[in-house]
Amino acid sequence: MELEKYFRIEKLPHIWCPGCGHGSVMMSIVKGIDKAGWDPTKVVVVSGIGCSSRAPGYMNFNTLHTVHGRPIAFATGIKLANPELKVIVITGDGDGAAIGGNHLIHACRRNIGINVVLFNNQIYGMTSGQYSPMTPQGSMATTSPYGNIEPPFDLCELTRSAGANFVARGTVYHLPKLDNYMEKAFAREGFSYVEAISQCPTYYGRRNKLRSPLEMLEWQKKNAVDIKKAQDMDPEELKGKIVTGIFAEKDEEEYTSKYDQLISSVQGGKK
Amino acid sequence: MPKKGNVYINENWCKGCEICATFCPKKILGLRGDGKMEVMDPENCIACNQCVLRCPDYAIKVEVIDNNE
Repeated sequence: MELEKYFRIEKLPHIWCPGCGHGSVMMSIVKGIDKAGWDPTKVVVVSGIGCSSRAPGYMNFNTLHTVHGRPIAFATGIKLANPELKVIVITGDGDGAAIGGNHLIHACRRNIGINVVLFNNQIYGMTSGQYSPMTPQGSMATTSPYGNIEPPFDLCELTRSAGANFVARGTVYHLPKLDNYMEKAFAREGFSYVEAISQCPTYYGRRNKLRSPLEMLEWQKKNAVDIKKAQDMDPEELKGKIVTGIFAEKDEEEYTSKYDQLISSVQGGKK
Repeated sequence: MPKKGNVYINENWCKGCEICATFCPKKILGLRGDGKMEVMDPENCIACNQCVLRCPDYAIKVEVIDNNE
């Protein structure tokens, strides 16, 4: 695959820290788009605010860097105005799970044809390491200097329950599997959610005895549990583990197609 | 003949995170004093492309050497 085809080469190298996993996740998305065979002029990549949300600036598609927590709201407008466009939302654990959580669940409920990719580095990296709703319990952060007492949000369970057609979680360590989830997500009609566990050596790792990117990747390798194996484990064993795999694969009707049918039926089939 | 390759590192993009060196099965990559990666043992590259796949900065290219030449 030619980098020049899908990246704004003049904008690289990207702004992310040495060893940050976000570059790997961005590449995984681009490989997914390449596999899907989409015309780049018909692809819109939308992001909110945060480290993850810098990605569209480097990607050579129609791109939109929006306001904090609201990329799905913008993406919903884009998709409804022009359903033939392929709309990808890039968000993070702060942008997508905290301030933007409500948009996420309602987009799942509508099952609108948007592909959300959430870069989960388990911390607010851009603002120097506050804990997010997806920071593991017990972790150190600037706002939890004695350890985070809150349990993390499992957005795969949430999006599955809320009605998304496709839900999967992968990690940067298990990169070929992540590529596979992107491919499957992009091939499916309706709402898809792919969560990529990424590493933040600068603000998560340093405070949590994972000083190098390599130790963080080792942590992913050690703690990832396949969803099939996880079904036979009790909740106590699963504490602190990352359940990976495909959580949902459905074929419920997509929202904009239902909307178009409604318009034509209300207009009596006449336009 | 086993596969062989030439590794090229884009020094403008490399941030010296050492992820490539860790995943290299032949351990031919190393960190240079100026914080960039370098190919220390070019002869032993087997063109497996792990470094290309793993580099989060897209700073590595591997060219497969045609053994039939």
